[in-house]
Amino acid sequence: MSDTTGASPTEPSAPYVPSHAELFLAFVKITVMGFGGTLPWTRRMFVEEKRWMTAEEFNDVYALCQFLPGPNIVNLTAVFGSRMRGATGALAAWAGFLVLPFALMVTVGVLYAQYGDVDALRRVLIGIAAAAAGLLIATAAKMVVPLFTAGIGPAPFVVLGVAAAVGVMRWPLLWVLAVLVPVSIALAWWVRR
Amino acid sequence: MKADGDVLVVLAVQFAIMSLLALGGANAVVPEIHRQAVDLRSWMTERQFADMFAISQAAPGPNVMIVTLVGYHVAGMWGAVVTTLAMCGPTAVLAAYLSRTWDRFRHKPWRIVVQAGLVPISVGLVSASAIVLTGVAVHNLAALCVAAATAALAYWTRWNPLWLIGLAGLAGFFDLV
Repeated sequence: MSDTTGASPTEPSAPYVPSHAELFLAFVKITVMGFGGTLPWTRRMFVEEKRWMTAEEFNDVYALCQFLPGPNIVNLTAVFGSRMRGATGALAAWAGFLVLPFALMVTVGVLYAQYGDVDALRRVLIGIAAAAAGLLIATAAKMVVPLFTAGIGPAPFVVLGVAAAVGVMRWPLLWVLAVLVPVSIALAWWVRR
Repeated sequence: MKADGDVLVVLAVQFAIMSLLALGGANAVVPEIHRQAVDLRSWMTERQFADMFAISQAAPGPNVMIVTLVGYHVAGMWGAVVTTLAMCGPTAVLAAYLSRTWDRFRHKPWRIVVQAGLVPISVGLVSASAIVLTGVAVHNLAALCVAAATAALAYWTRWNPLWLIGLAGLAGFFDLV
């Protein structure tokens, strides 16, 4: 994996190893198509269209990225790129994924600085912000409900503790996690023992 | 919109820490971004924060791009670059690095226990984000109705969230919110 210049692909499971440019462009394309969600498009392109990866490999990478902190989908791009072409491949995939959203957000930032006070835009954003809050409530509910109906265990108490400390008390995230992550892992270990 | 060096350092450090604390993805650190940008450092008003979250949800691309908007607002182009790199860089390097050894520890008992302990943490963080954002974005009965209706439709139907965002934006335009 460390040598990225080798011309002949050696892995038997991957009959074709994409170049750096192909990796970059593949992720640019994913961000263009993935309006409102890029994960399904990433799977479709890598597993079904280009066949750069098997479904098992994809699930494996996804499991790792869910385990680690940070923006999951961004981490996913780096892992894909690294599996294909090492460190520089990771950089190519990561940059391809971020270049268009970054350019778009800077453009929006410029426009917002200029027109953020225009009355019509203010009204639209107030509506969208309320809907965005609603979407986040639904996302949280979809995660909370299975945990609270899974039976007696420590998980619901950890959820309530984190939500109260960060969401209501507004305590610094670093300190809350420094205390509650070890507690939660210890409880998970104690339950499974 | 000045690229003050001190501000850039603060942005880099704070967002790099946040990326490592983002258990469960970008939505987990919305309260911390709000705490830093509105409460602690007065980089923006409550309303501006709500706007930026709204824009990042409505725009194509991953939700994490809210940090680019925040960075641009605080320190211009360099601010946008710094927050984006700080938020998207460290954990990507970590992920790429660990993916080489992932097969060796993915089935280990400790890995499974750690993950079992992290799941309720990330669920709690997303719940905290929902609480904070509702407080920031909902200030009257009409907005509460929009938030509740959107939450209900997103929870019980499989409608594309973009339709719900579009409808809410339209309702806002006609001064219904």
